[in-house]
Amino acid sequence: MVTAIPRVDIRNLRIRYGSKEILHGVSLDVRSNEILGIIGPAHSGKSSLLRVINRTLEFIPEARYEGTVCIDGEDIRSMSDVYALRRRVGMVSPLPVGLPMTIFDNVAFAPRMAGVRDRHQLGETVEECLRQAALWDEVKDRLHMLGTKLSGGQQQRLTIARALSHKPDVLCLDEFSIAIDPVTTMRIEDVLKSLKAKMSIILVTNLVQQSRRLADRTAFFYNGELVELDQTEVLFSDSPASRKTYEYINGLFG
Amino acid sequence: MRRFLNRWMEHGIETLIRLCGISAVLFVFGIFYFVFREGAGYLFNGLNLKEFFFSIAWHPTSVTHVRYGILALLAGTFSVTVLAMVLAVPFGLGAAIFISEFCNPRVRELLKIVIELLAAIPSVVWGFIGLTIMNSLIIRWFNTPIGLTLLNGGLILALMSVPIIVSIGEDALKAVPDSYREAALAMGATRWQLVYRVLFPAARNGLLAAVLLGVGRAVGETMAVLMATGHSVRIPTSLLDPVRTLTATIAAELGEAPVRSDHYQVLFIIGIVLFTITFCVNLTADLMVRGIRKRQA
Repeated sequence: MVTAIPRVDIRNLRIRYGSKEILHGVSLDVRSNEILGIIGPAHSGKSSLLRVINRTLEFIPEARYEGTVCIDGEDIRSMSDVYALRRRVGMVSPLPVGLPMTIFDNVAFAPRMAGVRDRHQLGETVEECLRQAALWDEVKDRLHMLGTKLSGGQQQRLTIARALSHKPDVLCLDEFSIAIDPVTTMRIEDVLKSLKAKMSIILVTNLVQQSRRLADRTAFFYNGELVELDQTEVLFSDSPASRKTYEYINGLFG
Repeated sequence: MRRFLNRWMEHGIETLIRLCGISAVLFVFGIFYFVFREGAGYLFNGLNLKEFFFSIAWHPTSVTHVRYGILALLAGTFSVTVLAMVLAVPFGLGAAIFISEFCNPRVRELLKIVIELLAAIPSVVWGFIGLTIMNSLIIRWFNTPIGLTLLNGGLILALMSVPIIVSIGEDALKAVPDSYREAALAMGATRWQLVYRVLFPAARNGLLAAVLLGVGRAVGETMAVLMATGHSVRIPTSLLDPVRTLTATIAAELGEAPVRSDHYQVLFIIGIVLFTITFCVNLTADLMVRGIRKRQA
């Protein structure tokens, strides 16, 4: 059941890299317990939008943004503790990044930073997150192996487990499946469906069918504009509001 | 014809590269062989090893009772090196972290140039600074009769090792992929948490290499310590005692020892000892790195 309270509320978001504006005033909201799919061709500003939400766009010196982004009604720019904000937002990047430490330490990283020292409690968190990411059964006997030695698909699930370890309200996935095989992709998609009960998920993807399978609502971005945002079944029907959407989804351009 | 030439070119270049690689090994063995040959005669025939390692009496030119005990010299090298590392490692690694992670690009370029400049200062200039500036400062601050001490030598050596530790350490940190930084920061890590939780483990081998190259520099340095430490054979009991190192002894006495005399040969044996020390330092480093890798596998 999708509730109507916006969890993430983005108003008139403009993003510039130097003098080039790549997102021209986008407004959208993400609701509690929904998966919002964001589709669109490359360079339409999807990834940058995610980077605004956890304020990591600020690491790029020439990047600027205007507009407001609120999480649970609170403007992220007025938050004094940016580290706490980042812990509320889980981020999964396109290529898996296993940190150069053991599987256990990878997942325990964020809880430890938040001050959890108790080994038993850490162990529980690690197991829970690895189970949620559908990785536990494969690695439970070798938790003290280097995370970077796992296969690509396993590392991506490790990344997801890590993103879950700080109990985020919002989970952002940026093309999580480009480096992994279809079987693993399907497993992760099942994971996401079950995670929806606990958090909001923003799924940026190049695979329109992935959004169709998973998302409650889907947004179509094109050339830095939000062309259309609607229930997924409407967007993928034969008559979405915009002709462009229909053409993109049906592979007539892109 | 062309193909024929190409093949010969390829072959020639391959041989050349192979020769370069082999020559490095040959040179190391060559140096070891010649040092060993010069000292071997007395080492196996006449040298009292117990006195050599456990006596502090170094009287190579005594008329009545010649004695070759290097314990004090070993203590000198050891104490100066330890003091230099205690000062240089925290400063060097700290500077490397600052340059690599905390400062803006323009300051970074400036600092890197300055540090390279610092690394290029000849050791005799450092010795000169020790002999004049540091000497008078130490005399004034600590109210001692002479400032050419363990403290002076340690400070000078620290200043000489810092640039090496900084530049190698900075390279090691820069080699850590940015994706690690982003992943850690996206999980809410502060910059310090990023440094000690992610960058230290990721760059561990490089940082260890940086520290050990610093140690190598400190153990092997000759001219600066010769000028700054006071050159007196004794086991230091305080920072304000003058000391003498193995390297300084060789440099100061080799020119005056008659070729192939006992004294001359003993100086070469000290060379073998120095060789062994550096070998052990490198071996330890290697084993540590391997150990770390194994534990993680």
